[in-house]
Amino acid sequence: MTPTQRIFAVAASLVTFAVIIELIRRRKLREEYAFLWVVTGAVMIVLSSWYGLIEGITRLIGAVTVTTTLFLFALLFLLLISVHFTTVLSRLTVQVRRLTQELAILQASRRDLPAPGEHDRER
Amino acid sequence: MTQGALAKAQESAAPVAPVAPSRLLVVIPAYNEANRIGSVVRKVRSQLAARAAGVLVVDDGSSDCTSEEARAAGATVATHPVNLGYGAALQTGYRFALRHGFASVLQMDADGQHDPASICALLDALDAGADVVVGSRFLHGGSYRPPLLRRIGMAIFGRIASYYAGMKLTDPTSGYQALSARALAFYDHDRYPPDYPDADVLSMVARHGLRLVEVPVRMLESPDGKSMHSGVLKPLYYIFRMSLALALVPLRRERP
Repeated sequence: MTPTQRIFAVAASLVTFAVIIELIRRRKLREEYAFLWVVTGAVMIVLSSWYGLIEGITRLIGAVTVTTTLFLFALLFLLLISVHFTTVLSRLTVQVRRLTQELAILQASRRDLPAPGEHDRER
Repeated sequence: MTQGALAKAQESAAPVAPVAPSRLLVVIPAYNEANRIGSVVRKVRSQLAARAAGVLVVDDGSSDCTSEEARAAGATVATHPVNLGYGAALQTGYRFALRHGFASVLQMDADGQHDPASICALLDALDAGADVVVGSRFLHGGSYRPPLLRRIGMAIFGRIASYYAGMKLTDPTSGYQALSARALAFYDHDRYPPDYPDADVLSMVARHGLRLVEVPVRMLESPDGKSMHSGVLKPLYYIFRMSLALALVPLRRERP
């Protein structure tokens, strides 16, 4: 990697990490969902600043170039994060369903039925 | 609220037929059925006049006046603010029944294809000790003949489900069912599918040790005869979903 590339890589990962932390600080990204993002940001910083590590990993997994390793791990991370999102989405779906049902049950249990005669549709 | 209060609520909506506290709740999930729901509710109520059952219509986020029509016909109405799906609407009914201490539920569709005259057959089987009674359109030479492709699909999935259930299921997609309190408790769970409860649910029921029975029922012509599984993509999705659900049945251990 050329020095320019390294500086750009380190800067990009630092900015990403800072954005993630700032979002968590402002509670725009909830802590319980932030775990994978914080890990992603941290790994990006480590990999971009420690070239020996990424070379080692490249040899370890049998990849030919360092870029392959980077792309591979980026893809794996994105995959993990979207699977994680789908589980969160599934949980939210169940919760919304439960709330909607509860609302309907409560509304049916209350005696908010219209007074007799209000509905003359019955033929 | 108690059952008495519910019965009173129904009385106030339709003073013609007083409803005494009962142990049976008829659950009718309805989505945009304003034209038919009224007559279905009235037929059911006259059919069950002697038993004095509660009738709950679950309006699954209809955009027409399904709720008003059902209420006018004398049913209690639970309205979903958004459309959740057929299975979720049924489950709302089950949860309502459990909440208000009903001992059993009879469920039927809102489009009028289920002949209310068959209610007694379903309830008799329930009284005989079954937990889930499925009204089958095919048992003992029913007259219903679905299109060829659907018949093939039903046969394959029915065969698999029958294997799991340890008994012959001739009509696992039937929405005409009677359920005991034990079955209601089993369905009061996230495992109940929000879209279409089908052969996979019956497989779970049987594997869970609940007693499953089929009785023959008569089907009336559905006025516009549109299936929930029409189109090109929907049947494909249905095949995928059923295959997945059935494949997972033996891999899941259902806790009560």
